[in-house]
Amino acid sequence: MDIKYFLSEAWIARSALFEGMLSTLEISLIAILVGSLLGVFVGLLLTYGNIYLRFLIRIYTDFLRGTPVFVLILACFYILSIIGIQLNAFQAGVFALTLFCSSHVGEIFRGALLAIPVGQTEASKSIGLTFRQTFFSVLLPQALRQILPTWVNTATEIVKASTLLSIIGVAELLLSAQQIISRNFLSLEFYFFVGFLYFLINYSIEKLGRYFERKVAIPS
Amino acid sequence: MNYNFNFDAVWRNFDLLMSGLGLGLALALVSIAIGCVLGLLVAFGMISKNRFLRVISGIYISWIRNTPILVLILFVYFALPQTGFMLGKIESFIFTLSIYSGAYLAEVFRSGLVSLSPGIRESGLAIGLTEFKIKRYLIIPIMFRNVLPSLSNNFISLFKDTSLAAAIAVPELTFYARKINVETFRVIETWLVASAIYIVACYAIAALLRSFERKLAIPGRGHK
Repeated sequence: MDIKYFLSEAWIARSALFEGMLSTLEISLIAILVGSLLGVFVGLLLTYGNIYLRFLIRIYTDFLRGTPVFVLILACFYILSIIGIQLNAFQAGVFALTLFCSSHVGEIFRGALLAIPVGQTEASKSIGLTFRQTFFSVLLPQALRQILPTWVNTATEIVKASTLLSIIGVAELLLSAQQIISRNFLSLEFYFFVGFLYFLINYSIEKLGRYFERKVAIPS
Repeated sequence: MNYNFNFDAVWRNFDLLMSGLGLGLALALVSIAIGCVLGLLVAFGMISKNRFLRVISGIYISWIRNTPILVLILFVYFALPQTGFMLGKIESFIFTLSIYSGAYLAEVFRSGLVSLSPGIRESGLAIGLTEFKIKRYLIIPIMFRNVLPSLSNNFISLFKDTSLAAAIAVPELTFYARKINVETFRVIETWLVASAIYIVACYAIAALLRSFERKLAIPGRGHK
């Protein structure tokens, strides 16, 4: 292993790596944000929807959670174009990850809503709050505080799952690295380096999550 | 939308999909078995009094858990042979998934270990058991029973990770699904059937583990 050679190759490839990194961050960010918003709706419907709605949404989440995310990405990539929705690989991949994220956040959110004592809802009713007011000012803040640790886990899962987009040809960090490796054959060094970059991304997400957890914790 | 569903091509290749599922289950089973042993060792490392062991186990867990499994798979299969560590496709995937599951299961076991009451160890000492026997006969069985629900979740997600073996051309379910997809162009049908098989398999695993949980539950201790 020649460190100098690796460093010079990495320096030559810096813009490709940087762009790959940006692409990974972009994919993950869109999927996490849109997926979480959707997920809150999913969780809400799972908890308070009528029986038909609940049944439909349950099928949706179970389907998405039971299928490996890799299969989901491939299915979105191949199926969407067949049924006339023209998306490129990037969009199809982000779409799949968003769906994946929404089902997971939905399930987490449902759990958090159920864990809030019924007394809270009853108390809100007794002081005359509407359901919307109850949800936004009583339930949501408590649920969000509770889902934070698991949500951070889901976010890191999404970052990790974004590597799968390399297989359908999206030039994110992993595919950029593979392209570099096919040029200079430094597979050991570059795979290790890319692994380290992912580690950095996820580690910072985790630390950020911890920080927010402390920030929003109720002082006891 | 006027798409005519035609599952013929998929049914014709159904035995391929099934053999893929079988391989996926086998990969998951072997890797999880190795991962459990590894995870148990690392979990004991995490709570040991030896600072060095704690640091090493901590690095292992946070490193592996924060690296995408696809990168690990490609690293083990394509990069490690440069150092002379050469494995076949299937062995290399099992190696990777074992290491990967070890980190996840270690977290589960660790949380199970720290939630045990110290009275268990003390009562073991009181009846004259050695440290090893306390672990073997008291700590591990009790902890295992407590963490079984979260263990099942991890088993299922590790089984789903076997789909990534397709990336290094291990002929499991996703690999065959892609093959059928490309060869027959029955795109929607192929992926519908493939995900349905995964879902059924996941449900089956979940049901199996839940019945296992019920079997192991101590009567009257609140485990349903």
